[in-house]
Amino acid sequence: MVKVHDGIERLDVEAVNAKENRTLYQARVKIFPKRVTGTFRSFKWAMMAFTLAVYYITPWLRWDRGPYAPDQAVLLDLAHRRFYFFSIEIWPQEFYYVAGLLILAGIGLFLVTSTVGRAWCGYSCPQTVWVDLFLVVERWLEGDRNARIKLDKGPWSADKIRKRVIKHIIWILIAISTGGAWIFYFADAPTLFKNFFTLNSPFVAYATVAVLTATTYIFAGFAREQICTYACPWPRIQGAMIDEHSLVVSYDVKRGEPRTLRKKDREQLGDKAGDCVDCNACVAVCPQGIDIRDGEQLECITCALCIDACDAVMDKVGKPRGLISYATFANRATSKKGVQAETTWKSFIRPRTYVYIAGFSAICLALLVTLLMRDRLDISVLHDRNPQFVKLSDGSIRNGYTVKILNMIPQPRTFILSIKGLEGATMKIAGSDNVAAAFIEVKVEPDKLRSLKVYVTTNRKNLPKTSNVLHITVEDTLSDEIAKYEAIFEGPSK
Amino acid sequence: MSDKKDIDHITGVETTGHEWDGIKELNNPLPRWWLWTFYACVIWAVGYMIAYPAIPLLKEATPGLLGVTDRGNVAIEIANAKQAQKKFVDQIADKSLADIRKDQGLFQFAQAGGKAAFAINCIQCHGSGAQGSAGYPNLNDDDWIWGGDLEAIYTTIKHGIRFAGDDDTRVSDMPAFGKDEVLEKNQVQEVAAFVASLSGQEADAAKVKKGAVVYEENCAACHGEKGKGGREFGAPNLADAITFYGDKQEDFARQVNNPRHGVMPAWTGRLDDNTIKQLAIYVHALGGGE
Repeated sequence: MVKVHDGIERLDVEAVNAKENRTLYQARVKIFPKRVTGTFRSFKWAMMAFTLAVYYITPWLRWDRGPYAPDQAVLLDLAHRRFYFFSIEIWPQEFYYVAGLLILAGIGLFLVTSTVGRAWCGYSCPQTVWVDLFLVVERWLEGDRNARIKLDKGPWSADKIRKRVIKHIIWILIAISTGGAWIFYFADAPTLFKNFFTLNSPFVAYATVAVLTATTYIFAGFAREQICTYACPWPRIQGAMIDEHSLVVSYDVKRGEPRTLRKKDREQLGDKAGDCVDCNACVAVCPQGIDIRDGEQLECITCALCIDACDAVMDKVGKPRGLISYATFANRATSKKGVQAETTWKSFIRPRTYVYIAGFSAICLALLVTLLMRDRLDISVLHDRNPQFVKLSDGSIRNGYTVKILNMIPQPRTFILSIKGLEGATMKIAGSDNVAAAFIEVKVEPDKLRSLKVYVTTNRKNLPKTSNVLHITVEDTLSDEIAKYEAIFEGPSK
Repeated sequence: MSDKKDIDHITGVETTGHEWDGIKELNNPLPRWWLWTFYACVIWAVGYMIAYPAIPLLKEATPGLLGVTDRGNVAIEIANAKQAQKKFVDQIADKSLADIRKDQGLFQFAQAGGKAAFAINCIQCHGSGAQGSAGYPNLNDDDWIWGGDLEAIYTTIKHGIRFAGDDDTRVSDMPAFGKDEVLEKNQVQEVAAFVASLSGQEADAAKVKKGAVVYEENCAACHGEKGKGGREFGAPNLADAITFYGDKQEDFARQVNNPRHGVMPAWTGRLDDNTIKQLAIYVHALGGGE
């Protein structure tokens, strides 16, 4: 039943996921969030456009790396074990950069959560964005809250079937394009796009698209807030991240209570009457099915749509905005009745955020420094263990090494491989006809590792000990890049 | 169980009727998604039992409609691997050993294939690092009894050494100079001293002098005037730093008195020609190939 109060309709809505309404093992109760406009809704639209654009456009950006490397700006080339990010190319052994980025993301999330609360959940989590996107489709076809409820409860008519079929087709198309976009991060996007539709792509591409289509369709179409509440660990971790100085979407109990639904109740209470008119607008717009006036809840993703809804009502009844607002618990505890809780940037400055900022900056700096100073030429040497050395017919001693030269730029390069530190030592490369020498020219293909079997020989009298140091060096004569390895040369005991 | 429902009065939930020390088990329903998952698993299991080998019978399990077996899977994998290797294997069959060695891709493939074949067939005598031992030549060094170029190594592997089962096998037979009384006992000692001096070892000068005469009369025909050996007879080089049956003077004397001869089997018939080619490439690249 709809009751009238100062021109405000009380919405007939129940917070289905409020604690008292939520029992174990019950089937999901459908939520029909009402359309809302306002500051935060606009911000959410902007975020949705931005995040979707980043997701869909990124794999199509081009970045010229010359003839020997792909020209895709962001590419996770699993087949060739390379990760390209604009001007940065990462080899598998440099994966710590990715680990560093993940740690940065973690600390960044801690920092954001400890200051502005669950902003990730409310604005940029893919689950939030895609549920919002699916709701746009649902609302466009079936109308706003009341119309959708009516349609849902009504019998199966031709109109209902038509609306539902179209809705699910559009949902599935969105889901397919979502899963479809994902695979373009792992192969050359234009080629894969062509091959995908001509059925020439590998099975794994189709399987990935199928799985991601299914998860998108089910998570955003049906499971929705259940994912946040039951499947996602992040709301639980965020509970530990938030303290009394973190911004949270909350209801000003002091100002709002006691709620007065009818005009006569308010007149009866006089000054004691709270500003909340109990119109349920905040509940009706909530995509998570909760009542923010019950206080902080695990289910709340702080999308702030209830703020927009309440502000609109406050405007209508001529009360100041902010009955539901972003505020810290500390503000709420100290604010006086009827005074808007004031939250300034000062709440962000506290020991905890110092630690996060320091950690974030330190890792940023470390990653940047290592990235700028990293080598693009590397050498790795493995000494033959069986046999450790070989006596040759002239009595000299030979040791074998597997030398790996890593040319980590997409250009073919010619290096000088040399040995130092052992008198009279010369080397030969297995399978080649090079003359035994102290240095040999070695060509390595662009962006490749070349493994060489190298035999180093020296006269027995040049070996002071059974175990001697041998420096194996590879250098690029053009760029002066140099990589060294301190190897061991074994000889017989005296 | 009785028909009467036992209701737990605190929670208002029916119990299963099971009781331990006064503690009763509540009969809460399973979450619906769990139940569906369970039913789905049951349906899946039935299909799986029909499609795949499942029920163990006396001799073997029921075969299943798809005819999938672990042995069959391995056979498929091996067939796939063989198919993938085919272009290399075909080229190795067509090309000469020298050409294989010049082609970097083929060389790597042959080396890897040779390494695997070596690990199965050769390490029993020559050692896992091909380092050999007394009587079994070290294949890493540059001293070869029957030749160390690709063709010579290939022939040795193919036909073996002193192998009775192969007509083309390489044979050499050093006479037992001491045992068959061709030489006196002191002559055996003298020639051993001379052989030791050939590779720069210290030896009794008087014995060496006498031994040189004995050597020239009896040994130089095969081992060469300067002891450099003769590959056409499989006579080892006595002047280098590498020996087969010990490097001491008494080891040499023992060998002159009653020589031991190693036997290497011919691998034709046991290994296909392609594998033998790969083995030759591998052994040649161990460091001493000529």
